[in-house]
Amino acid sequence: MSDLILMQGNDAIARGLVAAGCAVAASYPGTPASEILSSIDRWRKKCGATMHVEWAVNEKVALEIAYTAAIAGLRAAVSMKQVGLNVASDPFLSAAYLGVTGGFLVVSADDPGPHSSQTEQDSRLLAMMAKVPVLDPASPAQAMSLAGTGFDLSEAFGVPVMLRPTTRVCHASQDVDAPPFLPSVREARFVKDPARWAATPLFRRKLHDRLAEKIEAIASWPATAPIRVNPGGSPAKAVVASGVAFSHARELFGELGISDRIALYQVTQPYPLHAAFIDHLLETYAEILVLEESAPVIEMQIADRRRVRGRMTGAVPGTGELLPEIVERLLSRFAGLPVQGRTLSTGGGRGRRPTLCPGCAHRSSFYAIRKAAPAGIFPSDIGCYTLGINLGAVDTVLCMGAAVSQAAGFDYANRLSGKQVDIVATIGDSTFYHAGIPPLIDAVVQGARFVLVILDNGTTAMTGNQPTPGSGIGAGGEITAAIDMEGLVRACGVSFCRTANPDRLPEFVALLKEALVHSRERGVAVVIARQPCAMVAFAAGGRDPGAIAITAECNGCRHCVDRFECPSLVFDEAANRVRIDEMTCTGCGVCVHVCPTGAIRSA
Amino acid sequence: MRRAVRVALIFEREHLVGVSGGKRNGLRQQVVLSGVGGQGILFLSRLLAEAAIACGFPVLTSETHGMAQRGGVVVSHLKVGGFDSPLVRTGRADLLLVLKEENVALHREFLADGGDLIVNAPIRPDAGSGVRVHAVDGDALALSAGVPHAVNLILLGYAFARIGGGEAGGFFCAAGEIRDALSRRHGGSGSRLAASLSALDLGIAHGTW
Ligand code: SF4
Ligand code: SF4
Repeated sequence: MSDLILMQGNDAIARGLVAAGCAVAASYPGTPASEILSSIDRWRKKCGATMHVEWAVNEKVALEIAYTAAIAGLRAAVSMKQVGLNVASDPFLSAAYLGVTGGFLVVSADDPGPHSSQTEQDSRLLAMMAKVPVLDPASPAQAMSLAGTGFDLSEAFGVPVMLRPTTRVCHASQDVDAPPFLPSVREARFVKDPARWAATPLFRRKLHDRLAEKIEAIASWPATAPIRVNPGGSPAKAVVASGVAFSHARELFGELGISDRIALYQVTQPYPLHAAFIDHLLETYAEILVLEESAPVIEMQIADRRRVRGRMTGAVPGTGELLPEIVERLLSRFAGLPVQGRTLSTGGGRGRRPTLCPGCAHRSSFYAIRKAAPAGIFPSDIGCYTLGINLGAVDTVLCMGAAVSQAAGFDYANRLSGKQVDIVATIGDSTFYHAGIPPLIDAVVQGARFVLVILDNGTTAMTGNQPTPGSGIGAGGEITAAIDMEGLVRACGVSFCRTANPDRLPEFVALLKEALVHSRERGVAVVIARQPCAMVAFAAGGRDPGAIAITAECNGCRHCVDRFECPSLVFDEAANRVRIDEMTCTGCGVCVHVCPTGAIRSA
Repeated sequence: MRRAVRVALIFEREHLVGVSGGKRNGLRQQVVLSGVGGQGILFLSRLLAEAAIACGFPVLTSETHGMAQRGGVVVSHLKVGGFDSPLVRTGRADLLLVLKEENVALHREFLADGGDLIVNAPIRPDAGSGVRVHAVDGDALALSAGVPHAVNLILLGYAFARIGGGEAGGFFCAAGEIRDALSRRHGGSGSRLAASLSALDLGIAHGTW
């Protein structure tokens, strides 16, 4: 029996953090980073450590909480996805100047591809802008060990450190030899020093100088120096790689048999790149190929443009994921080998589009919105409900919380042109707490006219059902205070605030019409569509296959398939009618109200 | 020049974090699992990965998450043996297991020449030449056995029956090692373990002449 266990990258990062004595961890869920915090909580329980672990209301709050623990001398970590770092960028940049006393790790997970994100942005660029060192793991096992290295680096220089995994590290799994847990014996001890912790611009200038000195010193810290993984010989060419691009390259070096011809270096600390390494590269190699995701962070620190090839020179594709097929082509060309004829996975299209789960109440809400406001404008937000786009009830998606500000913006724009168009915005409960409240206050004060539907399913469904401030449970399943959403909405100044179950379709459409009348005449109206996430209900055993039947009256008009798009309603082309897929039907019965000929019945 | 030599010593160290060697030295197997959200693709790949570890093989898997969970396409890559990259390249998979027939067109190109395609389909789909196609109507079997959510295990059992496993070749492990992994997952006993094992056996029975 071996001690190796299968760990997902996020799980491994969590183990690395807890094993290294992390005492405070906070996060806001976002793919591909979501599993980190729940794993931290699991490891915490397993080793019996005393920790504070929380799902914060948003990434800025999460970073501020963890950072504060680190200036009180504890080891602390915050995790988020790259887009979340935008939300947290304000405290992140300041924290770099002020520094830390305990180790502080900012885990920002990037999504080259992008698989489930609005952008492909590279968090390492933000680390560079902030002058924060960044570590770039190539595998789950390495991500785990770099979590500990990151704390050491942070404490050695008194700076925040960024750990930047990507989707292919976060969501890869590997057999991992997990480190034992170190008992943490630290006590929180904040040493007052207002010149530092509440620094005014004059001191900030000095702090910036000191930060620049630290970064220079970190550029020669031995523990994070690049390593040549195929020593020996004196080849004229070198490949410099980081992250999972390094893993692809290392495997391909073996397969292509080019290890004796080309040196392969792994960079684990892309910023600041070790100064002596840059000298060594330029003194030793005639040609250098840089493989990294997504931005040319390493490449731009190696100054000699004539010898360095990468994303900046166009030798490596400038956007998108560096898939192993692409790396194979690049390495073959660099080594002067014939480039294999294998083309990239075209996939014959992307297959079926994702759709809301069978039984999801969002589907009812969107169907009702289109019924109530057929000519409306529909701003929306980030979550499962973004898929309302398929149902024609989502017109815009910008970033967390923007559904509310965009609804107001559309009204102001229409007003300037003397028009009034019905506007129905949708936002999930978690997103509303995250970034929907300030724009709602703003819209009320400015007298904007729209209906805001808060899709309250009591969870952060998109990222794996983390609790929200309204659900009354914490990261470890403990009971917490629960926020009263209706009270909060009213306190924002909204006079029309009503709650209903969207699965009662006819009543819900009537309520939306009422809200629209209010919005046209008196400003913002809020409708809270409250019904638990079907996945949660499903896991609790709530499923009633066979509850719904299609009668002989079905004439194949496709209305239910095209407009309601429940995956359990399957169109049978041969028979020109619809049938129920009993493998997936939850028996929610909402479709009964959707068929114009009454061909869908509760059995 | 002396500086360059010193610098070289810093960077030319052996790499510490990496892949360990396997027990059955030299075995390398690449598997792609394909389906749609809710079919249990991720469960299947973890189960296989845990079985691989129990057999002493290093293992890497890569999953797709996010939007794909909402009824969209889900693919999982599984690499058993000494690999570094978590992804299977096109034309390299020894085995492609497809739980939703429409995905055959999407992921067929992962299969190496001479690879095996196991597919959940009522009739054998056309997958072009150069691969062995094994089809079974897993949905119908699952419904008639009253285990609509065990299609994944039925397909896995069927795959074992068709291509074999363990020392004799085929899968990197034998079906018994999957039973052990399931048993560890479900805590050694209980009705869920029994249901999972019978789904696996149902698949095996249908793949055996
Ligand atoms: S996970 Fe929940 S909220 Fe998301 S689509 Fe499924 S039922 Fe709807
Ligand atoms: S079930 Fe009703 S809506 Fe759907 S295709 Fe048949 S007649 Fe049209």
